[in-house]
Amino acid sequence: MYAQMIKTASAGVKSREEMTDQEREFQDKIDNDIKIEPRDWMPDDYRRTLIRQIGQHAHSEVVGQLPEGNWITRAPTLERKAILLAKVQDEAGHGLYLYSAAETLGESRDELVKLLHEGRMKYSSIFNYPTLNWADIGAVGWLVDGAAIVNQVALQRTSYGPYSRAMIRICKEESFHARQGYHAIMKMAFGTPEQKRQAQSAVDRLWFPAIMMFGPTDADSTNSDQSMAWKIKVKSNDELRQQFVDQTVPQIEYLGLDLPDPNIKWNEERGHYDFSDPDWSEFFNVIKGNGPCNVDRMKDRVAAWDDGQWVRDGLLAHAQKKAAAKVAAE
Amino acid sequence: MKNEWPLWEIFIRGQHGMSHRHVGSLHAPDAAMAIKNARDVYTRRNEGVSIWVVEAQHISATAPGDKGPLFEPSESKIYRHPTFFDIPEEVGSM
Repeated sequence: MYAQMIKTASAGVKSREEMTDQEREFQDKIDNDIKIEPRDWMPDDYRRTLIRQIGQHAHSEVVGQLPEGNWITRAPTLERKAILLAKVQDEAGHGLYLYSAAETLGESRDELVKLLHEGRMKYSSIFNYPTLNWADIGAVGWLVDGAAIVNQVALQRTSYGPYSRAMIRICKEESFHARQGYHAIMKMAFGTPEQKRQAQSAVDRLWFPAIMMFGPTDADSTNSDQSMAWKIKVKSNDELRQQFVDQTVPQIEYLGLDLPDPNIKWNEERGHYDFSDPDWSEFFNVIKGNGPCNVDRMKDRVAAWDDGQWVRDGLLAHAQKKAAAKVAAE
Repeated sequence: MKNEWPLWEIFIRGQHGMSHRHVGSLHAPDAAMAIKNARDVYTRRNEGVSIWVVEAQHISATAPGDKGPLFEPSESKIYRHPTFFDIPEEVGSM
C-alpha cells in the first residue's frame, strides 16, 4: 500500500513456548488489543519492522505530493486550484504525523529522509507514474487515495499507539481527498466527448497501478505472518485489494466509463467482483526503481531538501543566537 | 544527526471551552516557529482557538512500569463516585 513489501524483521513467528516471559507478556497485550506505547518494552524486530513500515508510509505521503503538484499551476479553475493546493498541503501534514510516529521509536526524521534520499528506503510504487491530463488528478484522489483509505482504515487498529493515532487523524482528512477527486472526474466523465475520453484514459492507466498499491498476492507475501501476529498489519494484501475493487467498480459504472479490465465481473458465489491480476513483473520493476518517474521523483525530493538547507540552518542559527542572548541577559 | 531542529509537543484548545489537548508534535527551531507550524498543520479545519507548544525534552512523564502502583489503588475506592450512594427518589434529583 503506502507501505508495500515491508520486510518483516523476524526469524519466524514464535510459539508461546518459545517466547521469553517478556515476549509472552508483549504478545498478550497485542492479542487483547492493548496498544503498545513508545516507552513500553517491545522486541527489537517489532521496533525495526515498524520503523520501516511507518517510514515508508511517511515517504509515500511526501513523494505523493509531486505528481499532483504538477497540476497546481494548470488547474482548470481557481476553485479547483485552491482544492488541489489544500489536498497537497494535507499530504505534507500526513508525512509529518507519520515521521512523528516513527520518531517515537527512536529514529529521527532527518535520518529517515537521509535513508530515502540515499535510495535505502522506498515509497509507494504508485507515485512513479505520471499525471498526464487533468482527469488524472481526479483519478489520483479517487483511486489512489481511495485505495489508501481502505488500507488506512484497517491500520487504525494497528497495535502501535502512535501509528494508530496517526491513522485515525489521516483517515478523517483522506475522505476529503477521495471525494474531491471523484467530484473532479465526474465533471470530466459527464462533460464533452473529449473530457470523457480523458477521464477514460485516466482510469485505464491508473487502475492496475492502483490495485498494485496493496502489494504482492498473499501467496507471494512471504514474511507477513509475523507482522499479522504483531498486528502491525491488520488485513492481508488480497483482502484489502478485494475490498477496494468491490467498492470501486460501481463507482466506475456510475461515471458511465468502460471498466478498465475486461475480466471484472460480479461473482455471485463469492459475493465479490472477479478481476485480473496486475502485471506483477511491472510492479517489481517499478519497486526496483525502473518506473516511468522514479528518477524524476528522487531528483525533485533531493533538490527540495538540498535547496532548503540554508533556510533550516539560518533559522536554527537565529534561534541559537537569541537563546544565547537571553541567557546572557539573565 | 547534527543541526536537527528540536521536537515540540503541540496542544490545542478547541472552540467549546475544553482544555488544551495534545494533538501531535513537530520540529521547529524555536517556540515562535513551532507555533506558526502548529497553526499551519494542526488547525486547518477549525480544530482550535489556542495553541500551546512545549519542547519535548522538557516533559516529564510517569514510567510505564509504575502503572500498577500509581493507578490501581483508585480502582477499589468506589465510594469516590456519586453513584456509590443510593438517594431515595422522594428526595429528588441530586
